[in-house]
Amino acid sequence: MAVRQTDAPHKLPDKETSVEVLERMLLIRRFEERAGEMYAKAKIGGFLHLCIGEEATIVGAVNAMRTTDYLMSTYREHGQALARGTPPEAVMAELFGRVDGVSKGHGGSMHLFDWERRFLGGYGIVGGNLPLATGVALACDYKGTDDAIVCMFGDGASNQGTFGESMNMAALWKLPVVFMVINNQFGMGTSLERHSAVTDLSKKAEGFGVPGSRCDGMDVLDVHDAVGEALRKAREERQPQLVEAVTYRFRGHSMADPEEYRTKDEVAEWRKRDPINVFKQRLIDEGVISDDDFEKLDERATGRIDEATEFADNSPFPDLDSLYDDIYVYGDQVKGWYAVDERAPEPHRGEDEREAGDLAHELAEAGAAYTHEEYEEDRWRHSGDDNAGGGEGEPAGGARDTTGGGD
Amino acid sequence: MPTMRYREALNQALREELEADENVFLMGEDIGVFQGAFKVTAGLLQEFGEKRVRDTPISENSIVGAGVGAAMLGLRPVVELMTVNFALLALDQIINSAASIRYMFGAQVKVPMVIRMPGGAGHQLGPTHSHNFEAMFLHIPGLLVAVPSTAADAKALLKAAIRDDNPVIFLEHEWLYGQRGEVPENGGPGRFGEAAIRREGSDVTIVGISRMAITAQRAAETLSKEHDIEAEVIDPRTLRPLDLDTIIESVQKTNRAIIVEEGWPHGGVGANLAALIQEQAFDYLDAPVGRVAAADVPMPYSKPLEQAAFPHEEHVVHAAIATFRDI
Repeated sequence: MAVRQTDAPHKLPDKETSVEVLERMLLIRRFEERAGEMYAKAKIGGFLHLCIGEEATIVGAVNAMRTTDYLMSTYREHGQALARGTPPEAVMAELFGRVDGVSKGHGGSMHLFDWERRFLGGYGIVGGNLPLATGVALACDYKGTDDAIVCMFGDGASNQGTFGESMNMAALWKLPVVFMVINNQFGMGTSLERHSAVTDLSKKAEGFGVPGSRCDGMDVLDVHDAVGEALRKAREERQPQLVEAVTYRFRGHSMADPEEYRTKDEVAEWRKRDPINVFKQRLIDEGVISDDDFEKLDERATGRIDEATEFADNSPFPDLDSLYDDIYVYGDQVKGWYAVDERAPEPHRGEDEREAGDLAHELAEAGAAYTHEEYEEDRWRHSGDDNAGGGEGEPAGGARDTTGGGD
Repeated sequence: MPTMRYREALNQALREELEADENVFLMGEDIGVFQGAFKVTAGLLQEFGEKRVRDTPISENSIVGAGVGAAMLGLRPVVELMTVNFALLALDQIINSAASIRYMFGAQVKVPMVIRMPGGAGHQLGPTHSHNFEAMFLHIPGLLVAVPSTAADAKALLKAAIRDDNPVIFLEHEWLYGQRGEVPENGGPGRFGEAAIRREGSDVTIVGISRMAITAQRAAETLSKEHDIEAEVIDPRTLRPLDLDTIIESVQKTNRAIIVEEGWPHGGVGANLAALIQEQAFDYLDAPVGRVAAADVPMPYSKPLEQAAFPHEEHVVHAAIATFRDI
C-alpha cells in the first residue's frame, strides 16, 4: 500500500537533531520496557499499555509541533508525554501512584497530563479525546492565537461516533487541529480489516470535510514531514487534517493480553522494521554516529530510566488527606468538599457531635487499610489463581505473565 | 420589582454574562438562527454574533466535549443541550471529561463550563423525551447541579454558574419556562448550596425539586385549608452543593419529611435525601420519610396515563397526611 510520503528516503536532519531524535525514541523504548518490568513486580497497578514499536510515530509527530502547540493522546501515552519533554521521573511516579506523579497519583498510566508542556492528557475512553481536541482548537481560534493541536488516537477510535462528530465540527468551523490516527493494526484484539470497512483510514474523514494523508509510522522522518505539513495546513489555511501513521505495536494491547489474535510470525515480520533499529542503522551507515556512539546513547537512556525508577520508588504515596482534594475549585459556590459530600457532616445528629474533618479522615484510613502492603500481597496471592489474560478488565493473572508480548 | 418569565430571566442572565466577560460564549443546537428550541437564547445571536453564539451540528457528545476542551483553555462555554433527554448521548463527556478532568489530572486545569438543559414530563412526548435526570447528575462527584424553580433563581443561579470555575449541570424545566416571577433589577449572582424556605410551617417538611417545589407549595396550601396541617416547603435550589442544614433544621422542628421529585423513585433524589435525613435526624423523626416520585415506568404517551405517571398536588397532600398515621 502507498504509505510513505515519498518513495525516496527522506534527507537526514543535521547531526544534532538526528541524535536527539534517536535518543528520544530510545528513552521511550527503555522507559516502556522498564514499566513492563515494574508492572510484573506489582509496582504499577491497573492497566499498562505500552507503545513499543510506535516510537517513530510519536517522536516524528511531536518534533513537527511547536512548543506552543497542544497535544492530546489516548491511554497509550507514556511516549507522548516523554516526547513532549515531561521528565521520566514524573511519568514513572504517576505509574507508581505516587504523589510526585504528573497527575499527583490521581490519574495513573492512562491519565498523564502536563499543562506546562501543553500535553493535554491521556484519555481512557476510546475516541473520548476527539471532542476535547476540537474544543481546544476552538479556543485557539477564539483567542486569535496561532496555536494548533495534534490529537492522537488509535485505529479503533475511527469507529466511534465522536470521530465523525468531531471531524465535521472541526471542518465546519475551520479549526486548527490535526487528527492523527495511529494505525497500529488492532483495536485491542480486533484487526483493522475485521473492525473497519474502510481500511485506508486516511480516507475515512474525507466525507466530513477533513482531507487525509498517510505516512510510514515506522519512519520517524516520514511522520515528521506528514505531520509538519498537516500542521501547516491546519494552522495557516484553517483546514483540519487527518494523518494516518501506519505502525505496529510490538507488545500486547495491555499487559493482560495473551495475543491470540495474531501470529508470532506477523510480529517478527514487523519487528524487522523496528523504527529505532532502522533509524540507528541509517545513522551508522551514513556515518553520523558509530556503533560505540549508539551504545553510549543507549546506556544514557537506560541510566535516565534507572534514575526515574528510583525516584518513583522513593516518592511517597499521596497523603490520605488528599483523597478529596481537587474535585472542585473552591470559591463562592463550593466552600469545601464537605459542602458537597454528605458523608462529612456528623451522622445521626442528636447524638455525639463529631468534627467533619476527623470523620472523613477516619473513613479514609479505614478504606486505606486495604491498600499498600496488604493489598499488594493480596494481588500476589491471587495472581496465580486467576485465568490468564482475562481481557481488559482483568489486570491480575495473565497480567503478571509478561512473556506474551514476546519482547 | 419587575416580573418576567423564567425563560426571559435566563435570557437576561446569558446576555449580562456575555456582556461582562469576553470568554463567555454559547454553543448548542439551534440556539442562534432558530433562537433556541425554547427561545431561551432569543436575540443573542443578533446581539453578539456567531463567535459568541454558536449553532452546532447535532452531535451532543462532541458539543459537550468541545465545551470541555475550550474550558480547559480558559474560555467559559455555556453549552445548551436541547433537552435533558439528549444528555444521554453526551454522558461520556459529562462524566469522564467534565467531572473528572480536574481531579484525574492533579488539578492542573479547571473546567469552568455550564451545561444547560430542560427536562420534565407533561407534554405527551413519550418515553424518550420526558426524562428527569436530577438523580443521575447528582450522583457524579465533580459536577455542581442546579435546579431553579423560579425566574429569580433561574437568573441568579445561571449567572453564578457561568462565573464559577466548576462544571455546572443547569437543569431547567420546560413547564417553568412560561411561568412569571419577580426578578430583582441589577441582581447579582446567586449562591449555590442555599435552600429557600418557600413556606414556613411546623407540622411537616416538604422538599420539592425543580417544578415540584411549586407543586409542593400548592399542596401545602391545600393541607392548611382542608387538613389543618402546616407544611414547611423547602426548595433546595441546588442539589450539589446541597443545603442539608436547612432541611435538617426543618425536620428537627416538624419531625416529618417528604421529598417530591419528578424523576423515578429508585435511586432518586428522594431516596438520597431520605437516607441523609434518617442518618442525621433519626431521633427527631416521628414517621418514616415519605417520597413522592414519578411512577416507576417509562413515560407513556397517552394523556391520562402520562398524567398518572408523574406527581401532582394530590399525591403530595396524600403523602403528607400519611406521615400522621398511627400516631
